[in-house]
Amino acid sequence: MTRTIGLFALVAALILGTGFLQSWNSALIILNMGLVSAIMALGVNLQWGLAGLFNVGVMGFVAVGGLAVVLVSMAPVPEAWDAGGPRVIGAILFGIGVVVAAVLAWKKLGKGVRGWAVAAITVAGFFAYRALLDPAVDAIEAVNPAATGYLGGLGLPVLLAWPIGGVMAAGVAWAIGKTALGLRSDYLAIATLGIAEIIIAVLKNEDWLARGVKNVIGLPRPVPYEIDLQADPGFVETAGNLGLDATTASTLAVKLGYSLLFTAVLVVLLILAQLALKSPWGRMMRAIRDNETAAEAMGKDVTRRHLQIFVLGCALCGMAGAMMTTLDGQLTPGTYQPLRYTFLIWVMVIVGGSGNNLGAVLGGFLIWFLWVQVEPMGQFVMNLVTSGMADGSAVKAHLQDSVQHMRLLTMGVILLLVLRFAPRGLLPEK
Amino acid sequence: MDILNAFVALANFVIVPALAYGSQLALGALGVTLIYAILRFSNFAHGDTMAWGTMCAVLATWGLQAAGIGLGPLPTALLAIPVGIAGAAVLVLATDRVVYRFYREQKAKPVILVIVSMGIMFVYNGLTRFVIGPDDQNFADGERFLISARDFKALTGLDEGLAIKTTQALTVVVALITVALLFWFLNRTRTGKSMRAYSDNEDLALLSGINPERVVTVTWLIVAALATIAGVLYGLDKSFKPFTYFQLLLPIFAAAIVGGIGNPLGAIAGGFVIAFSEVGITYAWKKFLTYFLPESMAPDGLVQLLSTDYKFAVSFVILVIVLLFRPTGLFKGQTI
Repeated sequence: MTRTIGLFALVAALILGTGFLQSWNSALIILNMGLVSAIMALGVNLQWGLAGLFNVGVMGFVAVGGLAVVLVSMAPVPEAWDAGGPRVIGAILFGIGVVVAAVLAWKKLGKGVRGWAVAAITVAGFFAYRALLDPAVDAIEAVNPAATGYLGGLGLPVLLAWPIGGVMAAGVAWAIGKTALGLRSDYLAIATLGIAEIIIAVLKNEDWLARGVKNVIGLPRPVPYEIDLQADPGFVETAGNLGLDATTASTLAVKLGYSLLFTAVLVVLLILAQLALKSPWGRMMRAIRDNETAAEAMGKDVTRRHLQIFVLGCALCGMAGAMMTTLDGQLTPGTYQPLRYTFLIWVMVIVGGSGNNLGAVLGGFLIWFLWVQVEPMGQFVMNLVTSGMADGSAVKAHLQDSVQHMRLLTMGVILLLVLRFAPRGLLPEK
Repeated sequence: MDILNAFVALANFVIVPALAYGSQLALGALGVTLIYAILRFSNFAHGDTMAWGTMCAVLATWGLQAAGIGLGPLPTALLAIPVGIAGAAVLVLATDRVVYRFYREQKAKPVILVIVSMGIMFVYNGLTRFVIGPDDQNFADGERFLISARDFKALTGLDEGLAIKTTQALTVVVALITVALLFWFLNRTRTGKSMRAYSDNEDLALLSGINPERVVTVTWLIVAALATIAGVLYGLDKSFKPFTYFQLLLPIFAAAIVGGIGNPLGAIAGGFVIAFSEVGITYAWKKFLTYFLPESMAPDGLVQLLSTDYKFAVSFVILVIVLLFRPTGLFKGQTI
């Protein structure tokens, strides 16, 4: 317990230190993404720490959450809907129908014919699906491509997108889990790695959905805009009383607003995760993780439980992804990279302590802090190293340029050190 | 004539590129599969091992080019491959000594080793970018084409041209030599046989006096060589960019698993299966069909099954189908 409190105090001190030494804006930026990272780490910890599922497709589920923000909160584009909305929906329903038909055919038909039947259904279905979808997509993307060119969203409050992002990620996870969860650890890892790449490819290419690489910018915000705050005399006066100028105060207030919202979500999720961990269900999950055969002999349905926790963990990642996109105010599919959104989350979980929810949260904050701060620290070190070299020398320029790559190296080294010397993480499972 | 034209078009856009790409994937998958057979884990750092070895070769190539040494029509990078292999060998052997050996002695579970290899992946990725930066690097030189489309048309009088890049021909030749050497080594030499014995039954191999550390060292050396050769060939054919190499991990894994992980022959077959499906499914078949079908049936659209950006989806779908219906792969590999 003292260890837990001590380590969390350390993280708090690091973030406060950033506030005092650099700026409070930087401190809040780290805090906000730290909160989001902590939720992602909670999700991965649920899967890996509690159930031993090796999911390296976190990036994909985070991106699905981001997509949810666009689909929920952006204003709909009526012209695009008129041009091809119902046709696209119809084509997608048809596509789902084809998959369902193929699965049914596989289950219902006899051994000899089912392979051919499934092949025929999927091939014919694929061409029919493309024939239905393509003209509708062309029509939608032709509507004012510079500004919209997509269907838009539902125009609902953006906060709704967070739970919906979780639900959407859960839906995707269910479909993936149904096919891939029978596989053992290494294969599941590679399968999820592929799924994540495919989800990103879909986001980048299906312009009708969320504008692809043209990005959706100007997403609605759950907190006020800085400009509005600066125009509000009451706010300016309060800021003045605190000794801040209106501009700084407004940026801080907005970030603080996000921090409060995110903290609320994290606290609720953490409490739920702790309750789940201590419940009979949590004990069952750990029993399955530690010995699948024994758990199966006790009458536990291992595959179903795995599916359940896979879906839950992915839902958390999706929710965190929605929160992150809301914080950014834009959906930019080009920026999703597996090192940053999948493997970094894994570093958080392993370093924090897999199987321990508080550990995952701690890892989320700590690793995120390092991810951000390694660059300035590296800059400092590199300046020391190169201080003796002549100005303008190629080596010096190259070394100073390379500082930005220090963070990958550092993360790898941290992960390896923790695995070697504290394999159960900073806060080990009890 | 139309049929000939159709097949030349097909060869130009599908068969030749897929053969080259398949050879590169096969060499990559061989590395993954050897690690799996001997060290018994899926090495997530393989893409970055390729990037590191290639980077060493690229630096050596630049050095040779600056010194004015070249191979005439062939790319200078061929001369630099040994340097790349040496660089990669030093890196993986050092990694094995500092990191993997500890877990081997602990008899850690394979999944722990996979996570360790994720850490190594970060480190390699950082190292490579640290030295050469994250950008595209071009290091190909020499004659660009073995036969260009225009020459081919003049030669045969066909409407369609068949262009074969030097690098494509080179890829296939080098891959053939490498694979032949590898199989000779595994099947004919004492060390190779001891490797296969160790892979088949570790306890029995230890009992018969095979030194496991020697087997592991030799495996890493071979993997370093395979990864560097695959990386240099890929870089010559396309271009060298660290992030692309990291992304190659997926098709390479898919190739190894589709063929049957742990089975070298399977890795080669898997490489070509993945490459031909990827290129075939993202190719616009309009031209081919126009030659082939009567005019009334000529297609309107591009007849492209999936846009090129979905090439990951192709490897993935094949991977899932194989895993679901034949988990040991096309050739019988080890089941995880």
